[in-house]
Amino acid sequence: MRRAFDVLIAVAAGVALAFLLLPIMALFVRISPGDLLDALWSDPALDALWVSVKTGLIAHAFVLVVGTPAAYFLATRRFRGRGVLVTLVELPLVLPPAVAGIALLALFSRRGLLGEQLDAFGIQLPLTQAAVVIAVAFVAAPFYVRQAIASFETVDRALIDASRTLGASPGRTFWRIALPLSATGLGAGSALAWARGTGEFGATIMFAGSLQGVTQTMPLAIYAQLDLNPDVAVAIGALLVLVSLTVLLSVKLLPSWTRFTSASLIRSAPSASS
Amino acid sequence: MDTLHVRLSHPLRSFRVELSLDVGRETVALVGPSGAGKTSVLRAVAGLLRPERGRIACGDELWFDSETKVLVPPERRSVGLVFQEYALFPHMTVAQNVAYGGRDGVAGLLETLGIAALAGARPGELSGGERQRVALARALARNPAVLLLDEPLTALDSHTRAHVRAELGEVLARLRLPTLLVTHDFQDAAALASRVGVLVEGRIVQVGSPAELVATPASPFVADFTGGNLLRGVARPGSGGLTEVRLDDGARIFSTDRLEGHVGAVVYPWEVAVAREAPVDSAQNHLTAPIASMVPVANRVRVRIGPLTAEITAASAERLELRPGDQVVASFKATGTRLVPLA
Repeated sequence: MRRAFDVLIAVAAGVALAFLLLPIMALFVRISPGDLLDALWSDPALDALWVSVKTGLIAHAFVLVVGTPAAYFLATRRFRGRGVLVTLVELPLVLPPAVAGIALLALFSRRGLLGEQLDAFGIQLPLTQAAVVIAVAFVAAPFYVRQAIASFETVDRALIDASRTLGASPGRTFWRIALPLSATGLGAGSALAWARGTGEFGATIMFAGSLQGVTQTMPLAIYAQLDLNPDVAVAIGALLVLVSLTVLLSVKLLPSWTRFTSASLIRSAPSASS
Repeated sequence: MDTLHVRLSHPLRSFRVELSLDVGRETVALVGPSGAGKTSVLRAVAGLLRPERGRIACGDELWFDSETKVLVPPERRSVGLVFQEYALFPHMTVAQNVAYGGRDGVAGLLETLGIAALAGARPGELSGGERQRVALARALARNPAVLLLDEPLTALDSHTRAHVRAELGEVLARLRLPTLLVTHDFQDAAALASRVGVLVEGRIVQVGSPAELVATPASPFVADFTGGNLLRGVARPGSGGLTEVRLDDGARIFSTDRLEGHVGAVVYPWEVAVAREAPVDSAQNHLTAPIASMVPVANRVRVRIGPLTAEITAASAERLELRPGDQVVASFKATGTRLVPLA
């Protein structure tokens, strides 16, 4: 009886792994590594790589620079409606990408909510590289901010207080205490946001379109090249698999190189019930 | 020099902390059960809590005044706060922790507190006693005008505790800073502070020297809370395996505890017998002195005899016809005399 059960779960595990991994393996065995590199060296692939890296870096920088202090604010301040705000931050996380796309259009397009004002400054966002940055940041930011809030919340309040009584301003306290002690969590959140941003498809194609060399990121290029040149599509896909694998490994390995974040020695101070 | 003035009124969950306190160049302890509002007072002085009403000043420096809307942030108050669980920065070494508040004289501080060898260690690698010293060094590195200690010994096991208490006492005596100490343990307060305020539900119900509190508790609660007498003296090995303690007033008592040097002898009031004549019993300690005061506590009476307070039933006080000023003998067993190291 017990043996039968063991066999059953082992088979289930085998099926699950095969189902998850076989498609990815197929990507790499379909064409030879040499052809893969040749396909990557093609114009559409290089253009897509460049657009993805550029828009990804700008969007990611924006997410980190604005998201980190925003998360610190939401994690450390107690005010009415805070719970609602924290939940709303996570909304894009569960939003279908197509909805994100139409929402961005509703705000930024010529006939959108801010369209007229932007038009007055001669700014037209849809179908530009700036639109890619906005779309990527919009879908990726919640991954980072949510993780950052959780990380800042685990920093023992007494350490923050101690820093203040030792003469450090709130800014210096953030920089020297809260930030280093949250580094692991922030790193993991950053990696997840990067992965989500790199894979972004739906919102981008609706809001920014798919113009090669301008707004066509790697996922969009895969779709565009599928009919024209399947080898290029596969090559870009293979490259994205490597990127994703790197992100996954970095998230898994991050906690082990920063052990000091375990503040378990210091019992957290009783927090004022909100 | 600078005296710390604290007057505040602040609502907590089920009661209001309301107190007024001046701390000169001395150690004042606030004792009371957990949840009495002790820590809130310290946080208010440090600037980590904004009291609803009141005024906090150090010398002529105003830190908080609800009337004139003055609120100096914690980093601009000259305060050294030692947190209950020490709150050492786990990602920094001992030296970096101490240097966080002030870079000058870090090496000297580490030396003075006997933690120079630990300069490169991280807090996670330290024992409880070591952490306590690092936290103290860190608080002192800023050259604070006021020292605040939040349950400085609670995080330690009972064995380490006695030694750390003695060390802390020495350091405090040397610093002579206005020091406000918060603890739920009366013995810690008695060992470290010259004045003790008993805080119950946010109010100081009594202030006095530790001996005064034991002798003349204002309420049964204070009587229960204060626990034992603390007699200071110097211990050395005596005859018959007993330890002889020469008290500060010259009297000699014996204990079965083995300890040498400056000690406090803890004797519980209910273990002290009172008589007109010294009983003939060599296993007993006897102190002869006039009765300084008599305070009824429920159906018992606290009788102050020299440095000692005895608690006897009201019936026996009546039977012996005790009156203040009467010469009596207080007796207690050597086995009931606990010795704790003191600075």
